[in-house]
Amino acid sequence: MVAKKLNLKEKYRALTRDLDWDYDYADRKKAFPYEEFEGIKITDWSKWEDPFRLTMDSYWKYQAEKEKKLYAIFDAFSQNNGHLNVTDARYVNAIKLFLTGVSPLEYQAFQGYAHVGRQFGGAGARVACQMQSIDELRHVQTQIHAMSHYNKFFDGFQDWTHMHDRVWYLSVPKSFFDDARSAGPFEFLVAISFSFEYVLTNLLFVPFMSGAAHNGDMATCTFGFSAQSDEARHMTLGLEIIKFLLEQHEDNVPIVQKWIDKWFWRGTRLLALVGMMMDYMLPNKVMSWKEAWEVYFEDAGGALFKDLARYGIRMPKFVETTAKEKEHISHQAWWIFYTHGHAAGFHTWIPSAEEMDWLSEKYPDTFDKYYRPRWELAKEMEDRGERFYTNGLPQLCTTCQIPMGFTEMDNPTQISYRSSDFEGEKYHFCSDGCKHIFDEEPEKYVQSWLPVHQIYQGNCGGADVETVLREYYKMNLGEDNMDFKGSPDEKRWNEWKGKGVA
Amino acid sequence: MSKVYLALQDNDDSRYIVEAIVDDNPTATVINQPAMIRIENDGQLVVRRASVEEKIGRDWDMQELHLSLITLGGNVDEDEDQLSLNWNT
Repeated sequence: MVAKKLNLKEKYRALTRDLDWDYDYADRKKAFPYEEFEGIKITDWSKWEDPFRLTMDSYWKYQAEKEKKLYAIFDAFSQNNGHLNVTDARYVNAIKLFLTGVSPLEYQAFQGYAHVGRQFGGAGARVACQMQSIDELRHVQTQIHAMSHYNKFFDGFQDWTHMHDRVWYLSVPKSFFDDARSAGPFEFLVAISFSFEYVLTNLLFVPFMSGAAHNGDMATCTFGFSAQSDEARHMTLGLEIIKFLLEQHEDNVPIVQKWIDKWFWRGTRLLALVGMMMDYMLPNKVMSWKEAWEVYFEDAGGALFKDLARYGIRMPKFVETTAKEKEHISHQAWWIFYTHGHAAGFHTWIPSAEEMDWLSEKYPDTFDKYYRPRWELAKEMEDRGERFYTNGLPQLCTTCQIPMGFTEMDNPTQISYRSSDFEGEKYHFCSDGCKHIFDEEPEKYVQSWLPVHQIYQGNCGGADVETVLREYYKMNLGEDNMDFKGSPDEKRWNEWKGKGVA
Repeated sequence: MSKVYLALQDNDDSRYIVEAIVDDNPTATVINQPAMIRIENDGQLVVRRASVEEKIGRDWDMQELHLSLITLGGNVDEDEDQLSLNWNT
């Protein structure tokens, strides 16, 4: 008689329970040394459930199929000179920012899950982290492959790992993940699996990737959606982790809430970069940052937090500030990059008249009042041959590391400054959210590697900005940086498209 | 009531999956966006293997959904026969 095949639940149970073992001659606490110091109490690891119940055999099978589909598209994209089909060469600058700012985070996530996966006493959690770790490695690899095609034709793609570790604005995403990876294993999961993956990454991978498709970039759209198909699994895991921690012990509730507060705010600051990519860097728009925030955070996140209320979890701290920020943040972020465009590894530009009309329509309460006049002034200056670049180096927020260019949300003409004193030194912040995070863990954040401070302390290879950019960041000056207008990228694009120089 | 949702890549398989979802969840809303399809519903949404097989005209493993899935929102429960999404509120 043939043995009955195991069903999905039985197979998953066999993988995550029966393959585990007890410690009879070794000390369990020594095997899992990081499991207790954060104060999280786990009473029963066997309660861990992964709703997708993916086992290794089906994991490899479906991942292999995803890869085959993905690489067929990369080949077709490259064989058909897909870079010529993007809406406009300006678009490619969003991809430069993605490669230097986001793809290295996938690698950090790979390392992070490999590390914490080792640290959990429960086999279900270890298996889930192992799969996610492999997923994240796949994401960084597919992203590099997809974008390598652009490196053959456009500037700014040549030294992205080097830049990620050094360039001022890339310290924003880098320090975000460094912060998570230097936390304990449970905080890492709440930070990345829950706050980042579940609550926020939809904003990066869904509307932005749909936007890539809308701008003729099939390669990016496809790697994005292919990554996001793993992401759907990661999100589900993020939600299960939260529920597991909250159900294990009531003492976990305030600890988890504190981490949600911290990582929600850290995430919203990081996503300011995505906001400006959507509103300013995509020539064909899909939805505004504000609309994306409403759909993917306010509606989806609102439903989630309502569901979690039964555990005593409330909406993240400072969520009311984000409801105001969605009207302003993308405009303020792009202005920071526009004015520091000489020091950026991608091109910046003034939105066209049609783009400004779109922004007016999408931001009826703020764009014409606060931001249009600024761009019109920038345009007048550009027309006079005085394209504006700021001469100074910006003060950075000690927590999020973004230049202090964001305003008070109730008074958008006043830059927001906060500060804290710690052991005789003063630290500066862009917002109440960032100040609060510092005040909770000052010993951690006083160690922040702030790019501007490092330049002034002489640790970045030179005494002037140009030397830092050239020697320390390895930017090709006059090619990678400055305005799109007049750039070698623009010149080549016009030649390929048979257009005269504008 | 809170909305649950899932988004699928706009491809050949998804067309049948979406048809099956709409049959099984008559109150669901389908939203077409560039390269993707978003389906949302109040409170809950279910994807049934048998309904997808009926539409697609072949055997279809529930976990094949992962090949087209972009994102989802809601508590997930999956077995061989169906995947359901729901919010408890």
